[in-house]
Order: sequence, then structure tokens, then C-alpha cells
Amino acid sequence: MAFPDRIERTVEVAHAPRKVWAALTTAEGLGTWFGNEAKIDLRPGGSAQMTWTNGHTADMRIERVEEPAVFGFTWHIQGLPEDDPRRTYVEFTLEPVAAGTRLTVVESGFAQLPDDVYRTVFAGNVKGWASELGELVEYLDAA
Amino acid sequence: MPPDVEAVAEQVFVALADPTRRGILAALASGGPATATDLADRLPITRQAIAKHLALLAEAGLVTAEPGERRRVRYRLRSAPMQVAQQFLAALARDWDGPLDALKDHLDRAAEST
Repeated sequence: MAFPDRIERTVEVAHAPRKVWAALTTAEGLGTWFGNEAKIDLRPGGSAQMTWTNGHTADMRIERVEEPAVFGFTWHIQGLPEDDPRRTYVEFTLEPVAAGTRLTVVESGFAQLPDDVYRTVFAGNVKGWASELGELVEYLDAA
Repeated sequence: MPPDVEAVAEQVFVALADPTRRGILAALASGGPATATDLADRLPITRQAIAKHLALLAEAGLVTAEPGERRRVRYRLRSAPMQVAQQFLAALARDWDGPLDALKDHLDRAAEST
């Protein structure tokens, strides 16, 4: 299957897991190497946000917090429209090694197909702009 | 994962690989539903060639045929397959190498300053 559902990278860094953990899970860390500014409520179900000086924003929902080994969150898929409900899951795993930390990041869910898209793609039940505009006209006519 | 995801993305990319079909899809996206005759007026190709491409696009589910005025068939763009293709592109465009390099630099700088 050529459709990449999952992206995985592993790097080794010459720093202890607790330092890497702080860089990944604090506003100060995330707002330095990843975003230009960050906010984080570090607990499963908590939210985090990174903003960039170019106006781009990433909203994350935190899923896993197992200090200092696993940090996971979901976020909007970059490149899809703002109102697209699909999200990918990102998980950082920190493993102590002699040289410091082996850090793995896995982002998965690129090949998901939610029900609404599935229906419109495969069942042919398409409601386009024209029909929505038609509804607007009816609404305005009735008013 | 439904096995059809890849097939849907492939049909979108096959459709987009041809400049005439890109032109037809772009005209439908920008101007809304149109008949083959409307499209022939707007694009530098014959109505026959447009009809052939529209049949292929309809087969792939990228446009849908519907009854238009004066019993002409009107074609409408279907955005759902494009959304699947966008997702494929999003995976290819996703860059983790840049941020991970930045993370390494950040950790090294933080260690130097302590």
C-alpha cells in the first residue's frame, strides 16, 4: 500500500530524557524549537497551542502523558482545510540510551477516511454549493 | 483503513496528470456546474474531446452528471475524492526532519548555557 498512513523518525540526542521531556512538554520548550510561542495544559485531555510569527497556529489535544517516556497528542492535518475534522495522532517516545536519549516520533492517521467523506466518495450522495445556495435562496424567499 | 483510499487518490492523480482534464476540473471548480458545450466555449479544445474527458472523469467519480436546462447534461465537480488526495499530499508534505533538527539545536544550546 503506497498511501502513507504513518510517518516515523528516530533520532538520538546527547541529553538525558528529562531534558528532552521538558523540551517537548513545556510552553517554554515547545515555543522555542517548534513554534514561536506555546501554551500547554499538560494532562490527558488538556489542550496545547503553538503559534508562529507567520500567523500559523497549531491546536493540539493531549492524549498521553507518561513522564518521561511517552507524550502523545492529536492535531489537525496540515494542508487540509481548517474545518476538516480529520486529525493525526503524534506520539513521542523517549528511551534512555548510553549517549543520552533515543527519541522516536510517530505520526499516524494520514490514510483515515471519516464516515462523511466515505459516504460522499463512495455512495455518490453529493451536496454541492449549488444545492446549499438553493437552500439559502429558499430561506431568504421565505423570510 | 478502507482499501479504496489508495484507489481514490490514484484516480485523482491520473485525472490531474492530463492538462486538458486539469483545465476542465479547474473550470468546474471556478465557475460551477457546466455542460460540455459551456466548457468547449471556455477551453481551447473541441466539444468532442471535452465529452471524452468528462466521461473518464465521471467514471472516476471526480465529476457527476446531472440534468441541466434544455435537457442538456450538466457536470458538477465532486470534492470528496480531492479531499482524499489532499490527505495523501499532506502525508508527503509533513516535515518532521526540520523540527527534530531544531529540537537537537535547542537542547544543545540549552546545555551550553547551563
